[in-house]
Amino acid sequence: MQHLITLPVLLPLLAGIILLLPPCGKNLVLRRWVATFMALFTLVASTLLLTTILGSGPLVYAIGEWQPPFGIVLYADPLAVALCILTSFLSLVTIVYASRGDDKAGSFFHPLAHFLLMGVNGAFLTGDLFNLFVFFEVLLIASYALLMHKKDKHTTKAALHYVILNLVGSSIFLIALGVLYGVLGTLNMADMAVKVALLQGDDIYLAKIGGLLLLIVFALKAALLPLHLWLPATYGRAMPVIAAQFAIMTKVGVYAIMRVFTMIFGEQAGELSGIASTWLWPLALVTLVVGAVGVLAAEDLRRLSANLVIVSVGTLIAMVALNNEQATAVAIYYLIHSTIACAAMFLVADMIALQRGKVQDRLVNSRGVAQPKLLGFCFVFAAIALAGLPPLSGFVAKLWLLDASYGAQVAWVFWPIYLLASLATLVALSRAGTSLFWHDHPNQDEQFEDNVYAGKRRTWALVLILAVPLMMTVFAAPLSEMSNQAAAALHNSQVAIDTVFALAKEQ
Amino acid sequence: MELLYASCVGLLVACGIYLILRARTFPVVLGLTMLSYAVNLFLFSSGRLKINQAPVLGQSASYADPLPQALVLTAIVIGFAMTAFVVILAIRGRADLGNDHVDGQPRASRATKGSK
Repeated sequence: MQHLITLPVLLPLLAGIILLLPPCGKNLVLRRWVATFMALFTLVASTLLLTTILGSGPLVYAIGEWQPPFGIVLYADPLAVALCILTSFLSLVTIVYASRGDDKAGSFFHPLAHFLLMGVNGAFLTGDLFNLFVFFEVLLIASYALLMHKKDKHTTKAALHYVILNLVGSSIFLIALGVLYGVLGTLNMADMAVKVALLQGDDIYLAKIGGLLLLIVFALKAALLPLHLWLPATYGRAMPVIAAQFAIMTKVGVYAIMRVFTMIFGEQAGELSGIASTWLWPLALVTLVVGAVGVLAAEDLRRLSANLVIVSVGTLIAMVALNNEQATAVAIYYLIHSTIACAAMFLVADMIALQRGKVQDRLVNSRGVAQPKLLGFCFVFAAIALAGLPPLSGFVAKLWLLDASYGAQVAWVFWPIYLLASLATLVALSRAGTSLFWHDHPNQDEQFEDNVYAGKRRTWALVLILAVPLMMTVFAAPLSEMSNQAAAALHNSQVAIDTVFALAKEQ
Repeated sequence: MELLYASCVGLLVACGIYLILRARTFPVVLGLTMLSYAVNLFLFSSGRLKINQAPVLGQSASYADPLPQALVLTAIVIGFAMTAFVVILAIRGRADLGNDHVDGQPRASRATKGSK
């Protein structure tokens, strides 16, 4: 069972390779089933891993049995594994959804989806900063190809910007790693957490530069203002099912910020503790405002959802900037909720666009959708979750968020901005719903030939993903317990250090 | 040696950034390549510059750090793949958008379109 921790990374890799090889390479039906089941296996493996570590504490795995400060380690704490489960679930849903025809728009959808899953899971599980870079590149190159899945010229333009920005980001990442390695002599996160506290003299400034360069890179991935401009274009242009899968990618950036700036530059880091907080707090608030304005100004449902991703990033980063255990726990719960809700909104937007002919998902009056009951229900459900109304998980997250920030000195800025942003979300979503479902032309009886009905698979995928906000409310108690435990494990970097170095002593 | 090395890296970064800020895809690709060369050199130097030293512990009093060499190797491989991808993407962009401007159309033609 000690190898269980590698499965969330290895299974998608294996799946990607199998899906490229002959029996699956030609046969679309077989490819769909293999992709679905491999995603399901990854989900099961991640869940098993979570139950293991909730019982026994964080796990460390030395790849190739190279001793920790020298070799690469995988480190599984509750936060990392919970996010692996989230990613695997999201991949499963999008693969099922895409199996109704979206995977035929270009080649290699299923292998790329699995490579993306591998990169994201790897980024969550790694305990080594350079390895984090490598997994970032794995997930990025899969995402570049996925973004280009459907051939049209607007996508090409969006992809060009996205790729160039991320390549520059990767260069900055490497420069930051070089600076940090030059100062600390290690890239193992646990080892760095020990060595950062021991720095003296000018090395402190160098480490600070390295750390803040890392912050720039992660902020770019997370789409934090002012590095957010690529997101609405990219997510609005990608095929919605792929945008739904991308909903997790900004969260990888947020996760990296949480990991690096609470574990390495956390409370134990002496002079370097909390170097990010001063920057993160104002940027988070401005991101919230800009995201909310974008939500109000959006002209179609996909762009609206893309701006909702920005709002969720702003909220998350504000919680991270508070830098205490309770805020981190909320951030974890909110992260899971917002990823699922945004992804669900992208899928609903896709279905709506398919049934409205040329107007697609633009928020203008037009003919009604062909399945108003199903889609209307899905839309309302996703909108309630996103706007944070009872009874779904958005409401739980919102209450908890407000509670966690109540004591903080900055609550008087955060509360109004956050509440206004969620009001803006609510207004924009109700307006979108009204024009999509109510202000339609009266020719309801007329049959349109280009309507694409939500078949069994798409309906299942929608039901599956929309069940999550409901389940997150029903099981709010165990989930918040898990979030608290994950936040405690993240903040107590001594546990991570001890676990990693216990492995070194064993060998 | 350090000064020469540092100036080379600095010069490459400066040229790379200048080229990336150009509005055509080909200079941008060249700029990205230069930037990645600079980054590779920089990573290499993060283990300190040493001449004629084996990267083996215990053989001599001083030794070269083997880890940055491994990091650079990985970075080169990844950078190479990414450059190949961005070149193909630039060609695709040229074909799809009709010109090689990064925004799909040069500013002059956009302005005339706006005034019409």
